[in-house]
Amino acid sequence: MLRVFPYFLQAAWVTLQLSVLSCLLGLICGALGAAARLSRSPVLRLVGATYVSVIRGTPALIQIFILYFGGPQIGIQLEAFEAGMLALGFNIGAYMTETMRGAIISVDRGQNEAARTLGLSRFETFRAVTLPQAMRLMIRPLGVNINALIKGTALVAAVSVVELTYTAQRYIGSTYKPFEMFFLAGAIYMTIIYVTGHGVSWLDRRAALK
Amino acid sequence: MTDRPIIDIRHAAKSYGPLEVLKDISLQVQKGQIVAIIGPSGSGKSTLLRAINDLDPLTAGEVWLEDTQVNKALPTRQYEAHINSVRQNIGMVFQHFNLFPHLNVRENITLAPKMLKGISNEDADELAVEQLNKVGLLDRIDYYPSQLSGGQKQRVAIARALAMKPKVMLFDEATSALDPELVEEVNLVMKQLAEEHMTMIIVTHEMGFAQDVCDRVLFMDQGVVVEEGPPEVIFKNPANDRTKNFLRKHLKGQN
Ligand SMILES: Nc1ncnc2c1ncn2[C@@H]1O[C@H](COP(=O)(O)OP(=O)(O)O)[C@@H](O)[C@H]1O
Ligand SMILES: [Mg+2]
Repeated sequence: MLRVFPYFLQAAWVTLQLSVLSCLLGLICGALGAAARLSRSPVLRLVGATYVSVIRGTPALIQIFILYFGGPQIGIQLEAFEAGMLALGFNIGAYMTETMRGAIISVDRGQNEAARTLGLSRFETFRAVTLPQAMRLMIRPLGVNINALIKGTALVAAVSVVELTYTAQRYIGSTYKPFEMFFLAGAIYMTIIYVTGHGVSWLDRRAALK
Repeated sequence: MTDRPIIDIRHAAKSYGPLEVLKDISLQVQKGQIVAIIGPSGSGKSTLLRAINDLDPLTAGEVWLEDTQVNKALPTRQYEAHINSVRQNIGMVFQHFNLFPHLNVRENITLAPKMLKGISNEDADELAVEQLNKVGLLDRIDYYPSQLSGGQKQRVAIARALAMKPKVMLFDEATSALDPELVEEVNLVMKQLAEEHMTMIIVTHEMGFAQDVCDRVLFMDQGVVVEEGPPEVIFKNPANDRTKNFLRKHLKGQN
């Protein structure tokens, strides 16, 4: 047990990197996706809607496989880690698109009217009035997305990224202790999720203070 | 041409699908005039008021602010620039205040002047102090909207609108959402504005207030101005039966 511990820590670091990087990518995709879905341009709205429905309509594992195994066919050669990170990021980005869009449209219409009546432009209104309020509303649901993302990183074990789940599987062979190996991996996931969850709650409380 | 109206509404019409909400309404408001719009719920009062700053665009007709047509037909981008500059001259106060909950009172008041007029922080602060003094809430300058009573919120909303130094103020049932005991403090602020000769168009259910403060009263029903005139005439001696009926209900049934 003690012998494998350092390997699990290393794997946890990989899981953490995957989570953070794909979360950042997801936030970017989510912001762009939400902007597209709320845009005045029908073309952008269609692009946004298509992104969301394609990603949400297919298994994340298929998305990872397409990028990793299918990529080379169209000239995109990616390391397993890169493919996994990108696929997870694009994937969670679709869910974050919906989260952000939901938060933005649930800001009271009267807020927009009050700002526009004062003479603020659409963009100024968005930046100074709608977005700050939407940000507060989206912290918790984004936390739910991030929770799903962290657990979803386990999927990239399927393309042999040496993260937690893959590592647990690998050491079953030499230790003959599947229960302990998966229990350890699970405990580490839970620790990461626990800490992240508290971070999200803290942000949410801070944002709600005023 | 000395009496060019500040607001000139010409043959305003508005439909939502088959529903005609405004039917050929014309209205001129002179500088310093205070006009009350009364009428049953659903008669088109809000729609008319919101057409003045093109928040609810008309289907037909024109709205002029002095010598600028507010609802000019322009390409989208030019229209945006045009309407944003027009709206800076038209203050609006809503039934539900619509204060910005993430900003404190000072920031609520200074947001638009800072963003649109590029004034310095010190000038903005001075402006906030000046406007809050007017509505008697200087001691609340660092409060957040959630820490204020309804009456205080509405007074801050008025201060926020005034901070843009508008030429006209529009009020859409500014006291309807307030508990009865908080109505008076808002009415007092509006009366004070009247004494300063602010041009105002006031949609209200408070007949007493309309009678006290306004120079002219319009009675609207089903999208038309049924009757208009000075308050003495409209309230004491209305000519139209619909007006009489409406007033009979509203003058005795003090709610
Ligand atoms: N966005 C809308 N879509 C359809 N009908 C509307 C809309 N806004 C207002 N109306 C209708 O227009 C009429 C006038 O509304 P409004 O101007 O709000 O009346 P008031 O302020 O006098 O109560 C009402 O019948 C209302 O139902
Ligand atoms: Mg109304």
